[in-house]
Amino acid sequence: MSMKVKTRQVDGITILDLSGRITLGEGSVTIRDAVRDVLAKGSNKILLNLGDISYIDSSGIGELVSAFTTVKNSGGELKLLNLTKKVHDLLQITKLYTVFDVKDDEATAISSFSK
Amino acid sequence: MTFKNSTSKLPSSLLSDVDDWHTSTARTALADSTTSRVSFTLDSSLDSVNKIEQTAEQCAQRAGFDEDTVPHIAMAVREAAVNAVLHGNSYDTSKHVVASFETTSDSLIIRISDQGPGLDPDKIPDPLAPENILRGSGRGIFLIKAFMDEVNFRQLHPGTELTLIKHRPPAQSGT
Repeated sequence: MSMKVKTRQVDGITILDLSGRITLGEGSVTIRDAVRDVLAKGSNKILLNLGDISYIDSSGIGELVSAFTTVKNSGGELKLLNLTKKVHDLLQITKLYTVFDVKDDEATAISSFSK
Repeated sequence: MTFKNSTSKLPSSLLSDVDDWHTSTARTALADSTTSRVSFTLDSSLDSVNKIEQTAEQCAQRAGFDEDTVPHIAMAVREAAVNAVLHGNSYDTSKHVVASFETTSDSLIIRISDQGPGLDPDKIPDPLAPENILRGSGRGIFLIKAFMDEVNFRQLHPGTELTLIKHRPPAQSGT
């Protein structure tokens, strides 16, 4: 199953609802393009909803890191929402869990972005 | 494409799938019902990576690993396949990846080899080091080592062979 992205806006925050697999190739490129599109449209507060991500490999992890640094370097914020156990465990193993700002509730995540 | 030795030691779903693979060689059944050996020669493509991962998952399930361990084995094998296709063979259509899956009485042994310039595991940066933590790549070998019991590198001149070993749970071992 390839990765799909749906974009929505809530209180000035761009939420990307991701589903499927984030792996080398299509999934990683899809995230990269989606984040670039959001930044190109002038928004730099992004919440990646990973609740429906069934699988992520090292390339996908790298793409999340690249998205994080790209948004941060643009002066914005990128946070993660609704990690599955698999993704949570991978971020723990790779010591990235504390690098990302991870939320498990959308309303809390939205209100945590700087105004 | 035909197998040199046709057996029913692997699930029928896997057999029907691998029949579509580009090339395959030497599948041999071992003595008891819980052991098997299968190997394939594949194109340097992402399609091959997906099929190697799928085979690893099915071999791990058949070897009796639990539902938490099977995805870890599949991911480690996927990472090894990606290394072979991407970093080893650089998607070169003239080069191939060889993947073998051997289930013995006490272990699942997967070997992935490429025809690339070779990989020195001592030169792979530690992805957990503070200076590397925000790199966009370089976590594949780390994940392989995290999820497998043993990982060995062998230089093939040209190419690299990775051997990934996961010990089977005692209660599930063959007799």
